[in-house]
Amino acid sequence: MLMPRPVGSARESLTILSFVALGLFALAILTLLAADAWYLVTHRIGFADVARILNAPEVRRSMLLSLGTSLCSLVLVLAFAIPMGYALSRYRFPGHAFLSTLVDVPIVLPPVVTGISLLAFFGTGIGMAVKELLRTAHISLISGVGIVLCQFLVSVAYCIRATTAAFDEVSGEVEDVALVLGCSQWQAFRRVTLPMARNGVIAGGIMAWARAIGVFGPLMVFVGTGPHVQVMPTSIWLELSIGNVEASLSIALVMVLLAGLALALVHRLAPGRQWT
Amino acid sequence: MNALEIHGLSLTAGAFRLGPVGLALSQGEYLVLMGATGSGKSLLVKAICGLLVPESGTITVGGTDVTQLPPRARRIGYVPQTSALFPHLSVLRNLTFPGEVAGQGLHQAREGIANLVDMLGLESLLDRIPPTLSGGERQKVALGRALAARPALLVLDEPVSALDEPSRRDICRVLRATHQELGIATIHVCHSLAEAKSVSSQVGIMDRGQLLCLGALPDLFAHPPAHPAVRALLGLDASPTTSEDPALPAKGNV
Repeated sequence: MLMPRPVGSARESLTILSFVALGLFALAILTLLAADAWYLVTHRIGFADVARILNAPEVRRSMLLSLGTSLCSLVLVLAFAIPMGYALSRYRFPGHAFLSTLVDVPIVLPPVVTGISLLAFFGTGIGMAVKELLRTAHISLISGVGIVLCQFLVSVAYCIRATTAAFDEVSGEVEDVALVLGCSQWQAFRRVTLPMARNGVIAGGIMAWARAIGVFGPLMVFVGTGPHVQVMPTSIWLELSIGNVEASLSIALVMVLLAGLALALVHRLAPGRQWT
Repeated sequence: MNALEIHGLSLTAGAFRLGPVGLALSQGEYLVLMGATGSGKSLLVKAICGLLVPESGTITVGGTDVTQLPPRARRIGYVPQTSALFPHLSVLRNLTFPGEVAGQGLHQAREGIANLVDMLGLESLLDRIPPTLSGGERQKVALGRALAARPALLVLDEPVSALDEPSRRDICRVLRATHQELGIATIHVCHSLAEAKSVSSQVGIMDRGQLLCLGALPDLFAHPPAHPAVRALLGLDASPTTSEDPALPAKGNV
């Protein structure tokens, strides 16, 4: 719905500038997305060709590995982000501001630095001990485990932010009433707080999942590009590096579709729509 | 046996110090706690509910010392100012919430609230969700939910403050009728003398963390305490509650 026009020429020009900026940015994003499809069309690569490319065993394997590892990291992300978001939202304690800033670090850190930091960590005494422990359990880090670790570290911060905001929206008074009406703290959380924060938590999970499935830099550094650790972003890069633009664009289209689906879901769960 | 006994209760919240406060409330009494904003009324009722931990003192509800018990074990029904209904649950599920938490199935919990639904006239609201209710309807549902916990003590923290005048009168009428019907000892926090006159059997007046006086309103008017905060709240003086006088002894028995 259009808002009433503000009074005064300065505000009118601000309105025009805002809409021009918005329009240009939307155009840029749509152009970039359309360019992928346009390239395929102009090179006479139809649906059948894209399907054939995506059906190739190595591409299929990378898509399945992407899906599997990103879902595993999503489970891990939710397991950490829900209690951490609750703690940051509900309690004020010494070091709260420091911890709140610290959890944002992965958002501003270049992802490749996460990979280098992981390499550095597993080169230290503690890291070597952890690696040795994993080895005795026949678990290698150059596998889905390493991929999940990278995806988790890069994506968890997005979910913590979302869950913190979601729990902030739930009034402490509602929890208080639940406690007085017979709930333990855990019951109040499960029956009242979490259901009320549900949309924000799910949206945070989807954002984190979309971020996880697109992780590339840390994987290149930490787990490499071996056939058994190829996920969609590494496949795109590998195909591109051997000049197979069609294959890399086909995989990229799948990622665009997944990202679009994730965004549509997040907007459907936008806060403010929940209890109105 | 008193419905509520408080001895030497004190706690600190930031720079504010509550107490020491002592009071006793007999079975079936309706106590209205009055005081200016920031006088400590809400802190006191939160401490009674177990939502704040006192530094010293004891709280006894229905003969049981609940000072160290968690809120759920105190047998208290609680209605906050905002009603705090659970917006993701229907009115019915809000009302059956205490029963379901106690381990009853929905059917059994629904049977348990049938009388309350009739008494409060909530039948037509059962399938609705709280965001679609008016302010008055929300407070009725919140009252019903608190009563569904079968409490030994009902605590109402400014239950009508956020309502318009007709809704206030309606909820006060409902509170009077409910109290007459069930006879549950009640503490009702408010700012308004008219509200206190409308529902209370006893009135306590608080200022700066102290309970200044406690008694039936006619008695307080017949023998008004000298404290300026009390006189201002009773409408006897026009002056605001700015006294620097030390508080009166904080002990009363209803």
